[in-house]
Amino acid sequence: MTQTIELNVNGARRVVTADPGTPLIYVLRNDLKLKGTRFGCGAGVCGCCTVLLDGRGVQSCNTPVSAAQGREVTTIEGLGGKAGTHPLQQAFVDEQAGQCGYCLTGVVMGAAALLGRNPSPTEAQIRSELDIHLCRCGAYDRILRAVRRASEMIGQRGGQEGRLR
Amino acid sequence: MTIDSLPPSLARNRRLDRWVEIRTDGVVEVRTGKVEIGQGIVSALAQIAAEELDVDYARIRMIPADTGRSPNEGVTAGSRSTMDGGGALRQACAEVRDAFLRAAARRLDADVDELFVRDGTIHRKASNESASYWELSAEVDLARDADGRAAPKRADQLTLVGKPLPRLDLPDKVAGAGVYVHDLELPGMLHGRVVRPPSYRAVLHAVDGKRIETMPGVRAVVRDGRFLGVVAAREEQAVAAAAALANCAVWHQAEDLPDVDAIPAFLRSLPSKAKILSEKGVPQATGAHAVSARYSRPFLAHASIGPACAVARVHGGSIEVWCQSQSIHPTRLDIAKTLGVAPDTITVRHVQGAGCYGHNAADDAALDAVLLARAVEGHPVRLQWSHEDELAWSPFGPAMVVAMEGAVDDAGRIVDWRHELWSNPHIARPGLQESPSLLAAWHLDQPFAQPPGIDALPGIQPTSERNAVPIYDFPNQRVVLNALERLPVRTGTLRAIGGFLNTYAIECFMDELAHAAGVDPVELRLNHLSDERAIAVIKAARERSGLASRSRHDGSGHDGSRGMGLGFARYSNEAAYAAVVVEVEAGATINVVRAVAAVDCGRTINPDGVKNQIEGGIVQAVSWVLKEQVRFDRTRITTRTWDDYPILRFSEAPPVEVSIIDRPDEPSLGVGEAVAGPVAAAIANAVFDAIGVRVRDLPLTRERMVAEINDA
Repeated sequence: MTQTIELNVNGARRVVTADPGTPLIYVLRNDLKLKGTRFGCGAGVCGCCTVLLDGRGVQSCNTPVSAAQGREVTTIEGLGGKAGTHPLQQAFVDEQAGQCGYCLTGVVMGAAALLGRNPSPTEAQIRSELDIHLCRCGAYDRILRAVRRASEMIGQRGGQEGRLR
Repeated sequence: MTIDSLPPSLARNRRLDRWVEIRTDGVVEVRTGKVEIGQGIVSALAQIAAEELDVDYARIRMIPADTGRSPNEGVTAGSRSTMDGGGALRQACAEVRDAFLRAAARRLDADVDELFVRDGTIHRKASNESASYWELSAEVDLARDADGRAAPKRADQLTLVGKPLPRLDLPDKVAGAGVYVHDLELPGMLHGRVVRPPSYRAVLHAVDGKRIETMPGVRAVVRDGRFLGVVAAREEQAVAAAAALANCAVWHQAEDLPDVDAIPAFLRSLPSKAKILSEKGVPQATGAHAVSARYSRPFLAHASIGPACAVARVHGGSIEVWCQSQSIHPTRLDIAKTLGVAPDTITVRHVQGAGCYGHNAADDAALDAVLLARAVEGHPVRLQWSHEDELAWSPFGPAMVVAMEGAVDDAGRIVDWRHELWSNPHIARPGLQESPSLLAAWHLDQPFAQPPGIDALPGIQPTSERNAVPIYDFPNQRVVLNALERLPVRTGTLRAIGGFLNTYAIECFMDELAHAAGVDPVELRLNHLSDERAIAVIKAARERSGLASRSRHDGSGHDGSRGMGLGFARYSNEAAYAAVVVEVEAGATINVVRAVAAVDCGRTINPDGVKNQIEGGIVQAVSWVLKEQVRFDRTRITTRTWDDYPILRFSEAPPVEVSIIDRPDEPSLGVGEAVAGPVAAAIANAVFDAIGVRVRDLPLTRERMVAEINDA
């Protein structure tokens, strides 16, 4: 049964009408028109649809919208905050890390979750954190370089930008 | 250049205003028939256009292809877009630039020789006079045909081509902008899902759609033969309705698939027609080291990260389709054929999808969307495949077998070379055969026959035999294709098509012959090559990887777990040259710890774009070789999730180093498919170097390695 659901998405209060069991991704994409969260497998195992719930990465394709109530949802559109562009997004462009790009927003969100709690991860920590994310075009090397670059950018700027609200 | 030597794609689309529009506001709109499928081609074409027009890269606006206005450049495939599409656009832009120069000369009362162009402004040397493209655009008529009179720039005149300019599409992609067909949002849009049969030839016995029609949000339940689908207001409602519809469908199925673990024998047992691809000399096996070996690859899935998607609207006798097709014009033909309508009642627009590595489900989704949209006239329907259907119902890269026989003498000369391959035709794309090549067309109440596929098209090399005729100079050789008519599994072109297994077999067999004769496998290659560009990439890869400094790579002194191997090819013997060295840690399982590639693609448009393609091609090929195999039981495809079809992950991806041998005076050559075969052979050769064991059937799984190690 549909009901009114109140969400906090990218710092703003949003109200939607949906079945509480609806996967969060459909609410984000279709009700809130936040198209940057991509649908991949629908089973939470490819990482495409990763968003942040209270700063932690979750797969929005198998997270019911009801589970996001009362928590802060951050999507790729809100990652950069007031600055608009997060260091990760800048670093991905700087490193030309991507081909088709379909996996990238999920990868960036996964990396943001990591840098949020550990602004200076080791290469092994990056690989381990991102291991759920699949990139069929094979841009792994460049993506790893981009995450390292973002980590350095955040370190140089005092670590503030890596932290999430 | 003359009118008779125009690049073929320009000769077919001669009107210059189909390619370029100079706007008065300083923007240059460029149309191309080639489409972005993740490979970065649209950025490379923008770079070519900016170069030839002498405008800033940032002024170029690439207009996505549609069947209405864009030049018809057929299919974006075969690593030919830079060669063909780029060649045509280059000449078109050179002619546009020339037209503007002449207009400026008239306005400034100057000779063309006195003028030069800087970012779209035409200056007169030694004076302050100038006129810009944007000022002149009203008086320059581009509604005329290319005539071949203006010459594109020489290599020494290039200023942008050859530079690592950033891709145009990446900022939007990392920002999360709505760049994919999945993201389209049209007024009144509804959501559709299709329910596929459980197996290829399943017969629909009964389905009761009545219950589905009353589910929340459902606007239509579509049944046409064994094509089943739903349309609903909300996406999750369409997903739920499709699941319910699938549950109430009763199917009759047959056990009509072969044993997935005995594919090579199955392929060789099928009726076939032999075609001799090359025959020369007299085999001289006597007194030499004779070797024979058989190689195979399984069915491979495209396994794109995102499922196919399309949007269609049917209204008042006209049909609009937005889809991620590589072939918008041919796909339009097959949709028209399926529906029995005139092609010009259909407009197909390209919108990007998730990564595309060959003929996948993009075209099928376009027809699916149209069939669903017919049920809700006037409403756009956004149709998305499930991930499970994406894996199980897309065309697969076909399984193939190659049997090699050869002999090498004590001096390390290959005196006999025989290559025999078994393959069905790889091409099953739309618009080429009598019957539509679109999945749903075969499932309708009045079904079209699934066409058998074709191996050769005018102007492109036959698909299964690519790279089968060796680039090496052998005095005695015989290369035979055993052409299979069709397979019981749906197949289509996948990156590197037949070139993948043919190269894998050739490049492994070179190492096997080297081992038999006790010579260095890289030297064996160099001693049988006269093509200087081939020699150059092999030497570059050897040096950069450190392979040259190793005292042995003949498999004789296996040092336990680390090994290095090389593979080389010029893709389809006409595209880019690539040599790859990989280093592995080998045992029961294989890790590729490093890959080094050297590439020659003629004039490099964008070195970073080339590196990106080569890096991705290497990672994808490592994944194919180590992990991938489509599986089925006797009835149905059982590869339906990432658990069934694992691909290479972050934790397994090797660092990759790519070097480019740039040849600005040579034509640009495609790189998208250049490394797949070389990588596969390099891995197998490195494993042999490490532990003296060779598994010839792909993938090189733990089970196969253990079996081979135990046999050894």
